[in-house]
Amino acid sequence: MVLSSKSSPPSPNSQPDTSKRLAWSKLLEPVALLGPAGIWLILLLVLPTLVIFELSLVPNIRPGDIVNPSGFENYAQVFQPIYLQVIKRSLFFAFGTMLVSLLLGFPVAYWIGQMAPQKWRNLLLLGFVLPLWTSSLLRSYAWVTILRRTGVLNTLLTSIGLPALDLLNDWPAVFIGMGYSYLPYMVLILYASIEKLDKRLLEASADLGANPIQSFWKVTVPQTLPGIAAGCLLVFINTLGDFVDPELLGGAQSMTVSRMIYNQFLGATQNWGFGSALSMVLIMAVSIAIALLIKYGDNTTKP
Amino acid sequence: MRLKQEEIPVDMVKSKDKPGFSWQAIFSIVMFFYMYLPILVLALYSFNESPYSANWEGFTLKWYGNLLKDGRIFTALQNSLTVAFSAVGIAAVLGTLMAVGLARYRFTGKSLYRGISFLPLIIPDIAIAVATLIFLAVIGIRLSIWTIVAAHVVFCLAYVAIAVSARLSGLDPHLEEAALDLGANPVEAFIKVLLPELLPGIISGCLIAFVLSMDDFLIASFTSGTGSGTLPMEIFSRIRTGVKPDINALSVMLMIISGVAGFLAQYITYQSEQKRIK
Repeated sequence: MVLSSKSSPPSPNSQPDTSKRLAWSKLLEPVALLGPAGIWLILLLVLPTLVIFELSLVPNIRPGDIVNPSGFENYAQVFQPIYLQVIKRSLFFAFGTMLVSLLLGFPVAYWIGQMAPQKWRNLLLLGFVLPLWTSSLLRSYAWVTILRRTGVLNTLLTSIGLPALDLLNDWPAVFIGMGYSYLPYMVLILYASIEKLDKRLLEASADLGANPIQSFWKVTVPQTLPGIAAGCLLVFINTLGDFVDPELLGGAQSMTVSRMIYNQFLGATQNWGFGSALSMVLIMAVSIAIALLIKYGDNTTKP
Repeated sequence: MRLKQEEIPVDMVKSKDKPGFSWQAIFSIVMFFYMYLPILVLALYSFNESPYSANWEGFTLKWYGNLLKDGRIFTALQNSLTVAFSAVGIAAVLGTLMAVGLARYRFTGKSLYRGISFLPLIIPDIAIAVATLIFLAVIGIRLSIWTIVAAHVVFCLAYVAIAVSARLSGLDPHLEEAALDLGANPVEAFIKVLLPELLPGIISGCLIAFVLSMDDFLIASFTSGTGSGTLPMEIFSRIRTGVKPDINALSVMLMIISGVAGFLAQYITYQSEQKRIK
């Protein structure tokens, strides 16, 4: 992806679309427009990614060491059972959150996009995604306040005579927090495709004798599949790299890849090479998810 | 809650008119409540006399008072604002130029260039953070507040470029040509004709980028030097060491500010879309 060597600043032989520009500006303009951002991206995105790839090949490197690539030991370490467990857990969180937010998000997006009064739709959507604009750290922290042993939920439960739940510091809390964090993204993307849904097709299928469930699977789902795929991808990628929710809500049992990467760099276990290898694995996982979307996204638009 | 049984006609002849309260509507209301629950809880707690129990033990403003006397919070806030304003300012200029350039020229490697510029939206924050930290260490640049800015520009750039590109695609390209024909030089045509047209896109892109920069914890943690900790970093370290009631007060204040900024961004986008439809 970023390994290509073609990532030089815009080439000077670029052709302006109009013939009215002066000859000197044909050369100068594209460089002036695309050059600064291009240089910034190469220096702070492309080169750094190449450097972490290089470092991921160095075993046991610590800050200040001399770079001297020598092999795949870090990657061998990633695939040891103890770390595979962490990768599996991260994938479990990401898939689970993706499914939960799809199941919760679809009815909401459908209601806003198809059933709510037309003039209210934009406002309702805005209202639903507005919490996204507030600090994600603080929203996750709010769930700590709600879920902890002496928190809001348990106060409510015990006051009506139910036993208190110990949800915090385990995986259910991570799901609650992550599902909450990424639901607005899912609704936002689903809304875009549900809003365009042709209602006449639903009526036609009803007229032809389909029951609502049949209409849903045969008419609504195929039409909104690109939206579903895009929403799922977005949630999957974000939850896979999420650090804050597992860290604040998950406790020691919920170690994920991103928490482990964090520890390799800023935590107690400093091993930059291993951390770089883990980062590369994360980038690869995300790239595979995107490749799958592109492959199956194309299929959904064909029929 | 009044739960009305949804009536589905057996013969399926007239299913066009849904009843006023479908299960989707009720479900959506519950989900709206879910979205605002944490915010309401924090807001309520910030006025609670007791810092450690969920029970209501009287109204107080003392947590807000504590907050205003807290020097570290203000230093962190100052750092965050410096980073956000600098990063967004640089990204606004570079991102606008980039969007215009990408819309105007065809050249080899263009799709690669465009792909790279949108990568920060896709790559997890932690990977960007790691990459930047290692790169800065390898080339020997000392971490400071400006290294955070440099890293933030990368993702701010992407958001500004998206917003400007969306705006550009609906513009009449002949306007700028007309200005050139009437004797304006390219720079004048850009500033006097194109820029005002692009302004709503630039502003909404900047607002999104600003909120995201203020919210970023991971990239700032990896790229900040000593003394240049941002607000999310300060909040994170306080949350980790236990529940502090003045954080609730801080949350409320921050949520109001960023909520308003977010609303503005959406509203400006919405307005400029409406204008285009007309």
